[in-house]
Amino acid sequence: MGPTKLEPAVALAELQESKPDRVTSVVLSGDFDRVMAAFIIATGAAAMGMQVTMFFTFWGLNVIRREGATSGAKDLLRRMFGFLNKGGAGRLPLSRFHFGGLGTSMMKRVMSQNHMPGIAELRETAQDLGVKFIACTTTMGMMGVTKDTLIEGVDQLAGVSTYLAEARHGSVNLFI
Amino acid sequence: MIRADVKLDTLGYFCPMPIIMTSKKIKELTLGQVLEVVSDDEGIKKDMPAWCQTTGHEMVGLEEETQNASRIYKAFVKRSK
Repeated sequence: MGPTKLEPAVALAELQESKPDRVTSVVLSGDFDRVMAAFIIATGAAAMGMQVTMFFTFWGLNVIRREGATSGAKDLLRRMFGFLNKGGAGRLPLSRFHFGGLGTSMMKRVMSQNHMPGIAELRETAQDLGVKFIACTTTMGMMGVTKDTLIEGVDQLAGVSTYLAEARHGSVNLFI
Repeated sequence: MIRADVKLDTLGYFCPMPIIMTSKKIKELTLGQVLEVVSDDEGIKKDMPAWCQTTGHEMVGLEEETQNASRIYKAFVKRSK
């Protein structure tokens, strides 16, 4: 490999390797359609060699909760909230035309007929491609989402300064 | 007619799957080899050149044809890094 390292193309590749474009997104929404857009952008960016961080907060936390997970919160109010607001990538409603689940399940059927990956598959692809997941601790506390109810592979539990530290280096920062 | 070393079939897959499949597949090629990505997603006409530009691979060409009444796109990408 020795001499090839001097080639400009290789040098450029190494530069990109060490300082790639960064993409961050705040996923506040827990709507099926919005989350899908977030994952399509994240996986697309990762496939383009960009370094991607997704910061999940409020309803977005449902995306990285285990299917049907309720809450392990100690106090009643938060446990109740965690129970009413069930998590899981398979439970996200459409932002429009949900129709008590009928619209969303129709959309899912159309998607699977057309080989389109669902939220869970997109999330797995994102993890495979090295997309970093951060869960917001403040909203986790507010909404009774406990660490033990999150999926495997959430890289960090953190707050706004962690997000900003990432976002200030980002060339694409999205709020979804 | 462009000669490809490896062929990748993404027929029936929509954005972003063809790009993701390409980014995984290209790693199996050696430098200079050409990957043929077959897709029926029209977006690939723009997406593949953009992916090549960002990742530093070379877009060798794009072919369009009609197969069973549907449009098929063949993007040729040379592994360049």
